[in-house]
Amino acid sequence: MARAITPRRKAFNTALAWLIGLAIFFPILWTFLTSFKTEATAIADPPVWFFFDWTTENYSVVQERSGYFRYFWNSVLISVGSTLLGLIIAVPAAWSMAFVPARRTKDILMWMLSTKMLPAVGVLVPIYLIFRDLGILDNVWGLVFVLMMINLPIIVWMLYTYFREIPGEILEAARMDGATLKSEILYVLAPMAVPGIASTVLLNIILAWNEAFWTLNLTAAQSAPLTAFIASYSSPEGLFYAKLSAASTMAIAPILVMGWFSQKQLVRGLTFGAVK
Amino acid sequence: MATAHSRAAARIMIAPATVLLLGWMLIPLCMTLYYSFQRYRLLTPDNRGWVGFRNYERFLTNPAFQDALINTLLLVLGVLVITVVLGVLLAILLDQPMFGQGIVRILVIAPFFVMPTVSALVWKNMFMNPVNGLFAYAFEAVGLQPYDFLSQAPLASIIGIVAWQWLPFATLILLTAIQSLNSEQMEAAEMDGAGPIQRFIYITLPHLGRAITVVILIQTIFLLSIFAEILVTTNGGPGTASTNLTYLVYAESLLSFDVGEGSAGGVVAIILANIVAIFLMRMIGKNLDA
Repeated sequence: MARAITPRRKAFNTALAWLIGLAIFFPILWTFLTSFKTEATAIADPPVWFFFDWTTENYSVVQERSGYFRYFWNSVLISVGSTLLGLIIAVPAAWSMAFVPARRTKDILMWMLSTKMLPAVGVLVPIYLIFRDLGILDNVWGLVFVLMMINLPIIVWMLYTYFREIPGEILEAARMDGATLKSEILYVLAPMAVPGIASTVLLNIILAWNEAFWTLNLTAAQSAPLTAFIASYSSPEGLFYAKLSAASTMAIAPILVMGWFSQKQLVRGLTFGAVK
Repeated sequence: MATAHSRAAARIMIAPATVLLLGWMLIPLCMTLYYSFQRYRLLTPDNRGWVGFRNYERFLTNPAFQDALINTLLLVLGVLVITVVLGVLLAILLDQPMFGQGIVRILVIAPFFVMPTVSALVWKNMFMNPVNGLFAYAFEAVGLQPYDFLSQAPLASIIGIVAWQWLPFATLILLTAIQSLNSEQMEAAEMDGAGPIQRFIYITLPHLGRAITVVILIQTIFLLSIFAEILVTTNGGPGTASTNLTYLVYAESLLSFDVGEGSAGGVVAIILANIVAIFLMRMIGKNLDA
């Protein structure tokens, strides 16, 4: 039961929380509004809020001048590709760790997690040189591989915590009834595992989409995803606020929506189950 | 009961993930170690040879290293203090009954999903720019001189930007933890005459202890590797005023093409991160048994 609370107190809470919430959200809102202004309105003094001639010109200009959708497509390929590839490798591993735990399962899990603690910059030089020698610098598939590797521990962990909640007795029952390993996975486990897998996919697409160390260091013109494209606005093009805003809005909108849907999984995924 | 058959199958299923991760970790790590003892510059790749600890000596005695180390600490601590303190307060507020709680929560966590290059550039250009930024207008409106945030207080400005990105993470996790607080305990304390501050100190804070530790440790891992925000706002400058360890190693290896010294810096970064990692792993490991 929630504790009793006076209406005045509730009104105060509401006002304060909305004020803070809007303040935190404001930069995103401002970017969104600015993306529909002309360059002149974007730097008008005093700033213009809602009442201006809304235009979608910036969006078409960003696409025409720099071929925005190429970068967008690279981001999609890299984030979805690395997540799916990671899933193919992680599902069997997490499945067996959750249902056929061995003496060393915990050690393996902890060790996998520890690879995540390795700072990227510590292996920047060798990865860069290996990529250069293999000729896959500025190659989308090279990045798919790298991002798959850096997120693999998180994928295994998240799947493991979800799979562990599936009651093992059901599997035993299926085995008693003569289910083979294949049918056990396909008909018993899969339907129960789908929600966990879906949230794992969601969180990892978000993480890969926003990854900004390897995507900046291993790409140039060809395979650059949105993180690198936006970075190219750092100077002097970034001073065209309306276009910067249009490019930014398109870069964050899809992931913002996905993120809002995955709030709960976020906590679980990013704390490796330490906070639920 | 797991049969011998399924146990063998299990081992085969773990193998790809384990082997890949092992390779991903060991091969570059060994190469970094190897290069760190070598003279190897990409501009003069033929002039290679063993130099013992000279790369480490050069990296550690480089004045930029001391700046970078201090900046890294300030960046990590600054963001941690801001996000944890504000995060606790915000989580308590969001836990109160109110109208539109779900929407407020969505607004608050939004910055976490903004890619680092976007948030850094939006803050740099549209807010902190001394001519056209919103802050410049605001300063002007109250009769103050515009302030050039990124050249006069580069590190503090970056701390602000990064804190904006990570406050949602801290808030979300602390909120999750607060919601598992037993309300009967709160009521009992209230009936015994404990004021709001006493309840906060003796009930809420101890309950949040674990979540706060997790927030601090996980954020530290990520904050030690802040890179994109520095790259697109200040390039580590002016001078080394906003260079952190990650950015310094990047600059040594990919801007100065000094593989040897860059690798030595990489090893130093790994050692520092590992000190934090050990604590984090203990926390998570304990939870695995529970």
